[in-house]
Amino acid sequence: MTEKPYEYLLLRHRQIPELDNLEIYRQNGGFEAFEKAVKTMQPAQVTEFVKASGLRGRGGAGFPTGLKWAFIDNNNWPHYVTANADESEPGTFKDREIMERNPYQFLEGVALCAYAIQAHHAYIYLRGEFWQIAARLDQHIAALHAAGLLGEKLFGSDYSLQIHTHLGAGAYICGEETAMLESMEGKLGQPRLRPPFPPSFGLYGKPTVVNNVETLTNVPLIIAHGPEWYRTIGTEKSPGPKIFCLSGRVVRPGNYELPLGTTFRELIYEHGGGILEGRPIKAIMAAGASSSLIIANDQALDTPMDYENVPSVGGSLGSASVIVLDDTVSIPWLINKTIHFFKHESCGKCTPCREGTYWMQHLTERVAYGHASQQDVALLYDVASQMRGKCLCALGEFSIEAVISGIDRFRPDFDQTVQAPPVT
Amino acid sequence: MLAEKYAQEIQTILAKYPTDQRRSAVMALIYLAQRDKMFVDRKDMAEIGEILGISATEVASIVGFYSLYYDQPGGRYRLQVCTDLPCALRGAEQFLQELCHRLNIQPGGTTSDGLITVEPVMCLAACDKAPMFQVQSGAGLEYFENQTVESALSLVNQLRADAARRRGRNDND
Repeated sequence: MTEKPYEYLLLRHRQIPELDNLEIYRQNGGFEAFEKAVKTMQPAQVTEFVKASGLRGRGGAGFPTGLKWAFIDNNNWPHYVTANADESEPGTFKDREIMERNPYQFLEGVALCAYAIQAHHAYIYLRGEFWQIAARLDQHIAALHAAGLLGEKLFGSDYSLQIHTHLGAGAYICGEETAMLESMEGKLGQPRLRPPFPPSFGLYGKPTVVNNVETLTNVPLIIAHGPEWYRTIGTEKSPGPKIFCLSGRVVRPGNYELPLGTTFRELIYEHGGGILEGRPIKAIMAAGASSSLIIANDQALDTPMDYENVPSVGGSLGSASVIVLDDTVSIPWLINKTIHFFKHESCGKCTPCREGTYWMQHLTERVAYGHASQQDVALLYDVASQMRGKCLCALGEFSIEAVISGIDRFRPDFDQTVQAPPVT
Repeated sequence: MLAEKYAQEIQTILAKYPTDQRRSAVMALIYLAQRDKMFVDRKDMAEIGEILGISATEVASIVGFYSLYYDQPGGRYRLQVCTDLPCALRGAEQFLQELCHRLNIQPGGTTSDGLITVEPVMCLAACDKAPMFQVQSGAGLEYFENQTVESALSLVNQLRADAARRRGRNDND
């Protein structure tokens, strides 16, 4: 007897060809959930479904999605939905596959979220590099209008909805939700001081839901099949399927849709084919360049990848962008790489991040290329530690994760590269 | 003048946003201004400011903040190689060095015909398909994944041939 093949829920295009054609998507149940919601459900009921499903934000923070929707201030109108399609974390490339190959399920998720909070305009903020995807989404949106699935008085109700694309222009910081809103308003993409949070003060100062592309792509499933069904996938605290982006020194890098709670070992060795050239695995970054470095021992490899278990091995799940490092990778080289990224992408608004990444870059360059002393390593550790808890947004703080965990957990790599201190 | 040249497109862009939030269109209008010459000059910034009711300085600050806008001329095509961590773990840095060597330029430099600038860039969300790069021109952006130096060089030749053909056509005009 052969095992039943995994039935994709998010990357459905892998089993259904031409799913980016509206006809094909509808033949496979597409937009039935949206029609059902508009015709038969109260907006608050849609939010209740999402709450009950336990869906957590897939962009990295893991915040309960339904709760975010329920925070929308109903005394202040209009409301907006903004989909975060800025996907810029090194190691993350899942939203791209969804939008390129299964775009209508994502758009249906946007529509359901808009209906739930009674927004009449939704915006998709795409990173500027996703130029072609934005052009395709514009065509898909036009197709939805032509089919009567977007526009005025949908399904004979009083509800109307427009979806628009908005292209960024190359700035990692715009993945931070308030920086994204600033950017959409035509300003520099710099984070706002919070609170207030977007559900009370978002786009144009109005109540706004900001959700990641993958998060929204889960919503049609929940409305179509119900929250109880959704909770049969994944773990109790992390329900549902997740797309794991596997990259680095593995045989088969790529996107893998698996239930939350799958172990690192299964992802890396079964799906990813193991390490290149059969070499030993050294470390794992579970949340892209923003990750701390997890020592890849048996305990870590057998850890379920979900929001509650990854912290037990000194990491966090984030957007589940798993970068695999083998024994050829030098940790000083690696942190020099990640710090260059964060230095380049620092928006400059808050001093700890702007100055901290600048000084860390000088130090990591020295450390990586063997021109440093032990004092430089100590100073680097000190600068990174002083940034903790002081940056305006989470992205500033992300920059120190690999530095601190790298020095703490891979000290011999640093001892090897630094010069002996001068003899006095 | 952008307002005349792209009147229809500007209307379509402005229609996306509430009428009292025209400023939201600034990013799209800068792309429009960049379409022909791959950079934005002072005159463009002033005109965009006028269309949206903001100062030219505010437009200039947006141009300076985002990495896909240019206020100086470069190659007509920008071939941008991702050398961030996941790509670097799969040979992207060597790929960039070798490609630049074969084109006889340094990373960040422009070929002697002024057509192609090759530069390293930050993560492009294609980490499983390294080495990879995007080509940015006034017409937009295109991804090229799972590349070799040879495949990149053949693309460069194709871009050169396209540019030569376009020059020929303009001469006949």
